[in-house]
Amino acid sequence: MASVLRFRKLCYVESAVKCTSVGYESFEIDEKLDKKEEDVLSANNFALEINKKRKQPKRQPKEWRCLDSCCWIIGYLCTTWWLLLFFYHCFPVTLLRVPELPGPGVRLKLEGLTALHPVVLVPGIVTGGLELWEGRPCADGLFRKRLWGGGSFTQIFKRPLCLLEHLSLHYETGLDPQGIRVRAVPGLVGADYFAPGYFVWAVLIENLAKIGYEGKNLHMAAYDWRLSFQNTEIRDHALTRLKSKIELMYISNGYKKVVAVPHSMGVIYFLHFLKWVETPPPMGGGGGPGWCAKHIKAVMNIGPAFLGVPKAVSNLFSAEGKDVSYIRAMAPGVFNSEILGLQTFERVMRMARTWDSIVSLLPKGGEVIWGNMDRSPEEGHVCDFSKKSHSKTSLTTNNVNNSDLKRGFLVKDLANYGRIISFGKPASILHSSKLPTSDSKVFSRTSTSENFNNFSCGEAWTEYDEMSRQSIQNVAADKAYTTTTLLDLLRFVAPKMMRRAEAHFSHGIAENLDDPKYNHYKYWSNPLETKLSDAPDMEIYCMYGVGIPTERSYVYKLSPNSRCKSIPYQIDNSVHGEDGSCLKGGVYFADGDESVPVLSAGFMCAKGWRGRTRFNPSGIATYIREYRHKPPTSLMEGRGIESGSHVDIMGNFALIEDIMRVASGATGDEIGGDQIHSDIIKMSERINLGL
Amino acid sequence: MNKPLSFYRPYFLSKTMSFLRRRNSTDSSKTRIADPNIEKDGADDGDKKKDQYKIPQRRNSGSKKWSCWDNCCWFIGFICSIWWFCLFLYNTMPDSIPQFVTMAITGPLPDPPGVKLRKEGLTANHPVVLVPGVVTGGLELWEGRHCAEGLLGKRLWGGSFGEFYKRPLCWLEHISLDNDTGFDPPGIRVRPVTGLVAADYFATGYFVWAVVIANLAHIGYEEKSLYMAAYDWRLSFQNTEIRDQSLTRIKSNIELLVATHGGKKVVVLPHSMGVQYFLHFMKWVETPAPRGGGGGPDWSAKHIKAIMNIGAPFLGSPKSIALHFSIEVRDIAALRAQAPGLLDKDVLGLQTFKHLMRMFRTWDATFSMIPKGGETIWGGLDWSPETETVNNSAKKGTDNSTRNTGGNGNICDTKGVNYGRLISFNKDWAETHSSKIERVDFKHVAKGDKLTNSSNCDIWLEYHEMGNRAIKAVADHKVYTAGSILDLLHYVAPKLMARGASHFSYGIADDLDDPKYDQYKYWSNPLETKLPNAPDMEIYSLYGVGLPTERGYIYKVAPPSDCSIPFQIDTSVDGDSEDSCLRGGVFSGDGDETVPIISAGFMCAKGWRGKTRFNPSGIRTYNREYKHAPPANLLEGRGTQSGSHVDLLGNFALIEDVLRVAAGATGEDIGGDRVYSDIFKWSERINIKL
Repeated sequence: MASVLRFRKLCYVESAVKCTSVGYESFEIDEKLDKKEEDVLSANNFALEINKKRKQPKRQPKEWRCLDSCCWIIGYLCTTWWLLLFFYHCFPVTLLRVPELPGPGVRLKLEGLTALHPVVLVPGIVTGGLELWEGRPCADGLFRKRLWGGGSFTQIFKRPLCLLEHLSLHYETGLDPQGIRVRAVPGLVGADYFAPGYFVWAVLIENLAKIGYEGKNLHMAAYDWRLSFQNTEIRDHALTRLKSKIELMYISNGYKKVVAVPHSMGVIYFLHFLKWVETPPPMGGGGGPGWCAKHIKAVMNIGPAFLGVPKAVSNLFSAEGKDVSYIRAMAPGVFNSEILGLQTFERVMRMARTWDSIVSLLPKGGEVIWGNMDRSPEEGHVCDFSKKSHSKTSLTTNNVNNSDLKRGFLVKDLANYGRIISFGKPASILHSSKLPTSDSKVFSRTSTSENFNNFSCGEAWTEYDEMSRQSIQNVAADKAYTTTTLLDLLRFVAPKMMRRAEAHFSHGIAENLDDPKYNHYKYWSNPLETKLSDAPDMEIYCMYGVGIPTERSYVYKLSPNSRCKSIPYQIDNSVHGEDGSCLKGGVYFADGDESVPVLSAGFMCAKGWRGRTRFNPSGIATYIREYRHKPPTSLMEGRGIESGSHVDIMGNFALIEDIMRVASGATGDEIGGDQIHSDIIKMSERINLGL
Repeated sequence: MNKPLSFYRPYFLSKTMSFLRRRNSTDSSKTRIADPNIEKDGADDGDKKKDQYKIPQRRNSGSKKWSCWDNCCWFIGFICSIWWFCLFLYNTMPDSIPQFVTMAITGPLPDPPGVKLRKEGLTANHPVVLVPGVVTGGLELWEGRHCAEGLLGKRLWGGSFGEFYKRPLCWLEHISLDNDTGFDPPGIRVRPVTGLVAADYFATGYFVWAVVIANLAHIGYEEKSLYMAAYDWRLSFQNTEIRDQSLTRIKSNIELLVATHGGKKVVVLPHSMGVQYFLHFMKWVETPAPRGGGGGPDWSAKHIKAIMNIGAPFLGSPKSIALHFSIEVRDIAALRAQAPGLLDKDVLGLQTFKHLMRMFRTWDATFSMIPKGGETIWGGLDWSPETETVNNSAKKGTDNSTRNTGGNGNICDTKGVNYGRLISFNKDWAETHSSKIERVDFKHVAKGDKLTNSSNCDIWLEYHEMGNRAIKAVADHKVYTAGSILDLLHYVAPKLMARGASHFSYGIADDLDDPKYDQYKYWSNPLETKLPNAPDMEIYSLYGVGLPTERGYIYKVAPPSDCSIPFQIDTSVDGDSEDSCLRGGVFSGDGDETVPIISAGFMCAKGWRGKTRFNPSGIRTYNREYKHAPPANLLEGRGTQSGSHVDLLGNFALIEDVLRVAAGATGEDIGGDRVYSDIFKWSERINIKL
């Protein structure tokens, strides 16, 4: 501090040179004529004097100049900033407000729509907030603060390891570890914004409020999305609370049935709830067989992950998604090296694998739905990564023809979507007869106990650490996996996790739905292993975005480094297909909403439940509403009002309008029945499933 | 100290230098003019000089920016950088350090009760229902006028008060209710915030329930076993059901809590007005369906283990009278006396008081706080339960002295104070015996003698219809007791009171079996309802003592002006002695700063004690008092032993009691009554049929 002040003194001495000339100017106006020369001279004289004085501190000025100008610049910026801020606050608030786009709420209010049916929102995975109720010492002061979602994630940056520890569940029980209690944030604030400014439900809530919705007829069914569905009931009574809330809203709103709006994983959570509520007490909610018919008018599934998402596979297998693997390719050093001892991926994987709910998102229905080695329902899908095509195809009303035309060009590079994981590009392309015989028996060959690298690595982090090098190689040698063999693969690489999670979820297709084993709760969230409840007046909507390339299957490779505690597999992001191919960066893309492929979102409504089937014995009406993705046209639109992306679709005005119309009493036929842009009908036809 | 010096020194330097230099330069210029050849001749010299000169000139241009403005910038920048640096350090610092520092200064803090009891082995047992009081609950906007655009879902009340401080009139418009219906005005929907966030903190950092919740969490409570019964505290109690179905929701949630906890009954913690709200709820829930909740006659017995009323204004609070009468309380009146111009003047067209009064008078719920029970409870002209009758005054004096030495003393010297006179229009009238006061009846004085310009008033109040004569008549009545104060309010604000009277009643029932008492307006008055038939239930009254609490007021007629409120607390009046109860126009009694002891304690001390007609099933009652002790130092914040109305919720002793009961203890287990004040003696003086 003192030295800085000394420097400043010097600076003033120097500025004095300038001051003198100015002073002279004002004093001697009459001698203007030769002012210049005098000026020069006087400065000259003075400079001589000064020079003598300055000989000693000659070195220093060069050093402080930089620091001072830094200070100067900061000060300058701050002052201007404050000034602007001051002006901004002085202005009347309405003047500066960015004119918001009038949402559908305003328009529909003018049309005379009012709140009629109470609305229940069911958030999906990741978007719900979590708060701390009891923690370890490292989480001091975070009591009832958000650990996840909602507010800022600043705490995560401040103490990342602490947060990871608190967000992880117990590896064996799938419940909280000892001494930690993390709970879902209740109420609408639980999932209105994920991060500040990043809306999830907020836009929908805002528009519903415009036509008269408020706390008493709008409910957010917050639950802990990390747990398996039945565990949310066991630990938090989440299902009982949801049941009681729905009954209360039904009664207090003049016996009007409820419209449920689940999103993403919330869709299968709500499916689980519908089954649970009609099951007799010890395992279920005891609402009786007519409960759904009595209380629920419509289930409007947004971006439904009915049959799972392939993203969950890569997440569980190597903690990667499309974006993550891309970043890894761009900057290999950032994530891979052990900077500061942070093994990001490994830690994230360790956490994610304790979450049962991710297992619920693994593809369901096996090869029948997702395709086998050589055949998949999406065959012939046209991939065009150039952004223009979205608007182009949307212009042509008959885009089914459009894709028919294009199919001709794609004969040579067929995407084998059915191979959800293949090791190396050849394995993903070659015909199955040319591949080494894949046999799930391989797994049993190597016993996991004979691991040797465990000794050098200390405590095992992920179950990969318990595998021997040999068995890791064996997995890769197996070349390609379909959804059915994938489950075997996961059971092999992470036996404990799968054992824990498969007590709660099942991924098959029921042969005989009347088999008493299907009364167990682990089948309730799988639409292919449960019957819908007997509620012929109910309506089920599948509302999802299309027109965005969505991860469908992966090309993997063995991870190059064989360090301790590293994940042995990686998406091979160097693999690209030719132009027009669906393979890019080691990922095969199909149509969807960026997270959920059309197949998973639409199949149940398009075929599985359409009409009276064995999955839908009472013939509940189903409707498919697709929303073609259009990127936002201007910055003002933010994340777009016509977006089809998995989360941004909640701000899609067309979707909001549909929900509001149904909530205020319209039926599916009144809002226009099906609205289909993709090939979902054709795809469904290719699926050979006994109905 | 160094800074200003170093800042100025350069200026002095430059001044003196310029002076010196001017002399020099003039000299040289003369010589130059005289002989211009010098320049040519001395070309070599000149070059040299130029060389020498070049360096300083470059410096010159470089340092040109260091003017005063630049210095300011430099200075600000410097401060900012340091600030940011400190902030950065602070943020990177582990969170335990500040705690460590406080520990070092104050010595080890006592364990919060939750931690302490957890070590004793207490765990969550009965689910807990929290019922917030007036003002402390949050309100949020669901639909608003144009001026509130973009504030949907933001908090209008509580929290940080959102962005509304920028547009106060807009805020007033939205927070006010409709004057006729008592509901929201058309086009505005303001609704209570739900969940624990509704009333954990009132404003940022000002806890209400947060401390209780934190301690409950220590022994294992979490969201599933806690329920905040948030309701719109502006509405009358029955209207919360009509508009929001709040009572139905409370019923459903309590039933859910009991069901999910294996039949364990709930422990209810109402605070402040929530006490009356819950009383209303208990009556409502057992009333058959069309008017009530239809829970059946044993609903309370089945679902409620204990009601732990915190700071309970069972019988109202005198504060509400001052608020209704002139929107003043002690603090505001004192502030007004300090800075008379600030609040009275029409600064910027903001007539603060009148705006507030209008807003306040639209809130039906505030009527629930008007003193109940009339003169029987609050005292007549010449007696009050808190003071001995005049005959005993000599004895009283000795009593006082012993008390003072014993440290168990009253707040002030109650000798000769007529607490029964809630409002008096002069100090003399407050003190002289009633037989000497001539009172003029005001009720028949016609109103309508309008003040000259009252039609110009942009804010309409019922006072504007009164006229001078009526105001004088009110002042001439001189003294008002808890009974006549109702007449007064009916007189000055007839419309308002008509609305209030349809939702609340302030009397004492003669015959509780009278069918008229089935009407909901009696449900929140403990003197006009029977408690439910639930012999196993327990009722606690937990309140703070040892703080001066408003008990009576001295008013004056305000200097007449066009549109002002015609009555004001006479802040110039003080008592004769140091420890007089009269200070700044307000008579204080013992209590928790808002609710006098008599209101908080009487029902549990006498009205409901044993089997009485108000408590036919003999529900056990307990009085637990908490003596106020101010926080020992600043680090304690609002204190762990506070007895003040809201801060009581952070009182460790109270929290411990709450936790023990929630974990399963009965009133006897935690020690039965705990009384510091004379509440039992005072209750005896109240002559009420039981």
